[in-house]
Amino acid sequence: MSVTDSAAAVAQPVLSTHGLTVRFGGHVAVNNVSCDFRPGTLTAIVGPNGAGKTTYFNLISGQLPATAGTVKLRGQDITHLGAPKRTRMGMGRAFQLTNLFPNLSVLENVRLAVQSHRGLGINMTTLWFRHRDLIAKAEQILGLVALAERRDDLASALSHGDKRKLEVAILLALEPDIFMFDEPTAGMSVDEVPVVLDLIHHIKARGDKTILLVEHKMDVVRSLADRIIVLHNGYLVADGEPEEVMASPIVQEAYLGAGVADHV
Amino acid sequence: MLTTLLSGDFPRSRALSVLLLLVLVGLALAPFLVHGARALNVAATICIFVVLVASYDLQLGYTGIVSFAHTMFYGIGAYGVGIALHAMGPGWGPVALGTAAALAISLVLALVIGLFSLRVRAIFYAMITLAVAAAFAVLASQLSDITGGEDGRSFKVPEILQPSFRLMDGEILGRAIDGRVVTYYLVFASALALFLLMLRIVNSPFGRVLQAIRENDFRAEALGYRTVVYRTLANCLGALVATLAGVLMALWLRYVGPKTTLSFEVMTDILLMVVIGGMGTLYGAVVGSALFILAQNYLQALMGQASEALSGVPFLSQLFHPDRWLLWLGVLFVLSVYFFPTGIVGKLRAGALARSQKSP
Ligand SMILES: Nc1ncnc2c1ncn2[C@@H]1O[C@H](COP(=O)(O)OP(=O)(O)O)[C@@H](O)[C@H]1O
Ligand SMILES: [Mg+2]
Repeated sequence: MSVTDSAAAVAQPVLSTHGLTVRFGGHVAVNNVSCDFRPGTLTAIVGPNGAGKTTYFNLISGQLPATAGTVKLRGQDITHLGAPKRTRMGMGRAFQLTNLFPNLSVLENVRLAVQSHRGLGINMTTLWFRHRDLIAKAEQILGLVALAERRDDLASALSHGDKRKLEVAILLALEPDIFMFDEPTAGMSVDEVPVVLDLIHHIKARGDKTILLVEHKMDVVRSLADRIIVLHNGYLVADGEPEEVMASPIVQEAYLGAGVADHV
Repeated sequence: MLTTLLSGDFPRSRALSVLLLLVLVGLALAPFLVHGARALNVAATICIFVVLVASYDLQLGYTGIVSFAHTMFYGIGAYGVGIALHAMGPGWGPVALGTAAALAISLVLALVIGLFSLRVRAIFYAMITLAVAAAFAVLASQLSDITGGEDGRSFKVPEILQPSFRLMDGEILGRAIDGRVVTYYLVFASALALFLLMLRIVNSPFGRVLQAIRENDFRAEALGYRTVVYRTLANCLGALVATLAGVLMALWLRYVGPKTTLSFEVMTDILLMVVIGGMGTLYGAVVGSALFILAQNYLQALMGQASEALSGVPFLSQLFHPDRWLLWLGVLFVLSVYFFPTGIVGKLRAGALARSQKSP
């Protein structure tokens, strides 16, 4: 009895969107997208530029209010909750356009995320540097993305690739249940890409985290994804096993035909 | 010990350390270093403005909130104590009551303004605070039965603070220890305590979030920080400290009126002091207030001497005529912003950092 109960619980989606839609004036950037994300899986979200992938992320993580539809986290309707609340409920986001605290140090960028995760933000009477565990945690995460040596530099002084890695480090520091990566390796040099991909591999290998990954490089998608969904003009046009989706005519035509085929 | 006292926020520049120490020692010994009521008044004003400017920097420099209502909170503190002492006569009871009432009113106002308008864009928030502050100033002058209108109110302070009071017979270093000296040290000690308290707050985990919000509020939200809550808290803290600065000013002046507390001139002075000293560093408030208030009080005299010395030279003597002191203050301000966009503290710290990197 209890065994079937827990089996059913595992099968429950941890995150789902139902009829999710957002309209900018006359333009519908995400159009009626319904999708379930099961715990412990990595779903790749592909589609040409302007398809609505980032906007879909914004709706899920609460950066943008939906025009219609719902977002559910662990069965709870979170459509009307703000981004901070969703983050504290276990959603983490790395942004496509790097979005850092430019005039704070690299370490401080990560430490602030650790501090938020530990719920220490309102504390006014202690000194920040006396919370050594937060600093140690932030340093450890910087080590994971190979940024330990840059810890005292300003975030604005980093190269583009290092900024992307810092984005990922901040996401790791939030220790979310749901990781949302928006083109994490875009614009990175070839030798930097594996650092990030190994990390995603690592998170996936733990088995208890749910990962949403927007990625253009088809070899990456093929090696990491359990499932692929395809967005096109705001619509969800394909959804399924990687091989099956990549072979489908709609993908060949809508996405792979659009000049990205050489990545396959 | 020093780390705890300064909350680990050291000046990080030798020149700045010297400058701060000079101000600290100067203010601590002011009654014995300088004589005459005018000089002591300058020192007390510096103490109070350090607090007032630092509390404004908590909002502007640390959190990135542009508010024009800071003098309103300052005025509430001054009027709270002034009205209570005027109505109830001298005594510590009225001081406590006036302070408590002023803090309560400031807190409610700051909360209401914050919750209603900190969600909107920064420019609208600035406009709203401007409107509220202007309305408050009009209200204060209209309710002349209570506030004394444009003339303000003079009142008697508790006995120990009155000029005729003698703490002890005789003099120390040529100064009688009268009520003015007692009041001065009350102001000085309160200002020092409030400053160290603010230093603690900006170096707490909370203070770090404020800086994050200033840097990138969108990202701070994505990290899970509810920026409205933090902004409102920063606003309330700034307002409460400004209120206490107003209380100190009222006790020092034994007078409260719209010119000294609520006027827009005071607001622009605060802005200038923050910018000259350096935004986003509380030490900037110390340097900015000290320099600005000294210039305000002594530039005129200095120019009078220069003008006299140049009396033979037709154009220059006119240029340095004491009546032009405001022009020169303006010129000094423009030059300092042009050459030190990060303020004096920012400039000194950057210089120290560059030197330490050159010779590791
Ligand atoms: N805030 C916004 N206001 C207006 N249009 C937007 C906004 N955000 C995104 N869009 C539009 O929505 C479409 C989808 O954009 P986006 O989600 O960034 O695509 P992708 O990430 O798939 O490249 C684009 O046409 C874009 O111009
Ligand atoms: Mg995108």
